[in-house]
Amino acid sequence: MTLTLVMSVLLAVAMVILAFMATRGKRSLGISILSAGLVSLLASVLFLLLAAPDVAMTEAAIGSGLTTFLFFFVLGRVRRGEHD
Amino acid sequence: MIKRLTLVLLLIGLGSIFVNLMLNYVPDEQLNRTAEYYATHSAQDLGAANIVTAIIVTYRGLDTLGEVTVLFLTAAIVGLVLAQGKRKHVHKDRGLPPAGELLTTGTRLLLPLILLFGAYVFTHGHLTPGGGFQGGAILASAVLLALLSNPLQRFSHRLISLIESTAGLAFVLIGVLGILLAGGFLDNRILPIGEFGDLLSAGAIPLIYTFVGLKVGAEFSSMLVSLSETKEL
Amino acid sequence: MELIAMATGFILILIGLYGALSNRNILRMIVAFTVANTGVNLVLVSIGYMNGRTAPILNDAVPVAEAARRIIDPVPQALVLTAIVIGVGVTALMLAYAYKLYQTKGSLDISKHTDLKW
Repeated sequence: MTLTLVMSVLLAVAMVILAFMATRGKRSLGISILSAGLVSLLASVLFLLLAAPDVAMTEAAIGSGLTTFLFFFVLGRVRRGEHD
Repeated sequence: MIKRLTLVLLLIGLGSIFVNLMLNYVPDEQLNRTAEYYATHSAQDLGAANIVTAIIVTYRGLDTLGEVTVLFLTAAIVGLVLAQGKRKHVHKDRGLPPAGELLTTGTRLLLPLILLFGAYVFTHGHLTPGGGFQGGAILASAVLLALLSNPLQRFSHRLISLIESTAGLAFVLIGVLGILLAGGFLDNRILPIGEFGDLLSAGAIPLIYTFVGLKVGAEFSSMLVSLSETKEL
Repeated sequence: MELIAMATGFILILIGLYGALSNRNILRMIVAFTVANTGVNLVLVSIGYMNGRTAPILNDAVPVAEAARRIIDPVPQALVLTAIVIGVGVTALMLAYAYKLYQTKGSLDISKHTDLKW
C-alpha cells in the first residue's frame, strides 16, 4: 500500500462524506455551500495525484474559489428566502 | 412517497450502469495513436514544453474559440439579467461595519502581488503548468479581494468591457493571421519558434494565451461586479 | 488508483443527482449540481491515467526523446479544462436566474413558481 494509494482512499472517503453533508438538507445553506467548496478543493488534490497539474490548478482557482464566492454573494442578497 | 421511490429507482438504475462500466474498464498500456502523435511532435513542430497547452491552443484551437464564446455569452447574459437600469446608483451606506484594518492593509499589500502572479501564470503557460484560464481566474480573484475590502467601491463597467472586447478581438485576429501566414486557424508558426524552454519561444502561444487570460479575467470580474451591485432584497 | 478516483466520481454524480431532484430550495439544487459537475470531471480525468507514468510536461525529468513512453494521455486533461470553466459559467448563470426569481416571487421554494404549469 503505497502512500499515494492511502492518500487517495482518504480523500475519496472525505469527499463522499462532505458531498452527503452538502446535499442532504438538514443543515443551513452556508454549511452546504462550504461543503461543496471543500469537495472541489479535495478533488483538486486528487487531480494532482492523478498526474494532471493543469487541471488541479484550474479546479482549485475556479471551482473552489470563484464558485464559493458567487454562492455567498447571492446568499447575502436573498437572506430571507433561505429557510424554505 | 412515490416521488422518492421513483428517484431511488432511477439512481439504482444509473448506479448499475456505472458499476458495469467500471467492471469492464481496462486501462491502456500504451498511449493511443492520437496521444502518441501529440507527444512526439509537439516539441519539434511547436516548441511548447507543456503538451496540454499545445493541444488547447494549436491542435484543438477551435474548441478554445468555442469556449471563449460561451464564456462571453455567459458574462453578457449575467450582466443583462442583473441590470439595474439607467438610474444613478446612490452610494447609500448599507449599515455594515467597515472592513477591518487588517483586511484593508492586507489588500493594499497583496493586490499587486496577486496581479503579478496572475500575469506570470498566463505568460508562462507553454513552459510550466498554467495558462490563460488559470491566470484569468487569479486576476479575477484580485478584483474579488478589492470588492471584499471595500464593498461600496464602484468598478467602471466600461473599462472591464473594453479590456474584454479588445482581448477577444485580438485573439480572433491572431487566429485569422494564422490562416493567412501559416498553416491554419490559430497556427502558432506566424512568430519564430525559438529555443525550446525560453520564455519567448513556441511562436505565438504566449501571445494567444495572454489575450485569453485577459479576456477570461475580465469576464469573471464583470460577473462578480454585476452580482455585487445588486440590491439586497 | 484510477479505479478509486472513478468510483468516487460516479458516487459524486449520484449524490449530486439525488440532491438536485429531491431538494425544494433553488440554491440547494444549484449546490447539488455543482457537486455532480465535480464528479463528472473526476471521472474524465481518471480515464487518462496510466500506472507508472507522469504528467505531460517536457522538462529535465521527462526529456523530449522518450516523451511517448513516460507521459500519460494529455487529451482528457484538455477536455476537462474546458469543462471546468464552462461549468462555472453555467453556475453563475443559474445563480443570476435564482436571484431574479426571488425578486419576482419572493420565495426560493420551487413549488411556489407554478407559472408554467397549465
